[in-house]
Amino acid sequence: MTSMDTAPTIVPTFDSDASQGRKLAIICSKGSLDMAYPGLILANAALGEGVETHLFFTFWGFEMINKKTMGDLKFTPLGNPATHMPQGLGGLPGVTHMATERLRKSIAELDVPEIPEFLEQIVASGGHLWACRMSADMNHLTEEDLYEEVEGIISASDFIEKTEGAQLLFI
Amino acid sequence: MPVTTIDGRPVHVNEEGFLTDPSEWDEALGKALAAQIGIDLGDEHWKAIRFLREDFAAKGETPTLRRVTVAGGIPTKALFQLFPQKPAKKMAYIAGLPKPHGCV
Repeated sequence: MTSMDTAPTIVPTFDSDASQGRKLAIICSKGSLDMAYPGLILANAALGEGVETHLFFTFWGFEMINKKTMGDLKFTPLGNPATHMPQGLGGLPGVTHMATERLRKSIAELDVPEIPEFLEQIVASGGHLWACRMSADMNHLTEEDLYEEVEGIISASDFIEKTEGAQLLFI
Repeated sequence: MPVTTIDGRPVHVNEEGFLTDPSEWDEALGKALAAQIGIDLGDEHWKAIRFLREDFAAKGETPTLRRVTVAGGIPTKALFQLFPQKPAKKMAYIAGLPKPHGCV
């Protein structure tokens, strides 16, 4: 084939004008293992696309950044019909433990890191972590109790101010 | 799939410009691809690109950013500095590989 037959060079548009200045704010309000991952996966994906990303941990979402709990989130089939298990089973002793181990294993098999390591990766990718002031006060927690990469404990209005113009996800 | 001329030779690319046949790639082509997206490849860049090529040859899929860090030993922070904004896609493009499919 000669160069006469070739199409003009196509260069991917990695830095299109539309994507410049895009911002994403993710509010993580849940403290169960299954509900911790969606926010982290989306944050990681957004950062990989060059999107400025801020995560705000509030209410039960504090479990994800509290040093004491972040490595030990649980999953329960109780109240979750999507597990297709009889709901009565969910309340039996040991079922939460078993379901948690099973979910952890399937996540690990996909090479997806556990919560602390995932947060580390998000920070290394340029993500920003913020803790909710009211949640900290309610639980009598200070910055000492939180994952060290959390940039600060801030009020809801501070977070709204920081994420001006951002797209927002509440999880 | 269009055929285009890069580095003075015809190569098969998809509609976005990614090579569709990884065997058409060599390091001279990698250098030309990098130049097209404004990256001048240094030793650190090459370490990542060579890992992508080796891992693709071994696993049959383009490694994700996480894999380049965990298995390739290059810190995530460094990858964002070397290939700003969209490191996983930029590395795949320069290495003549498809975009990574993994979510993490």
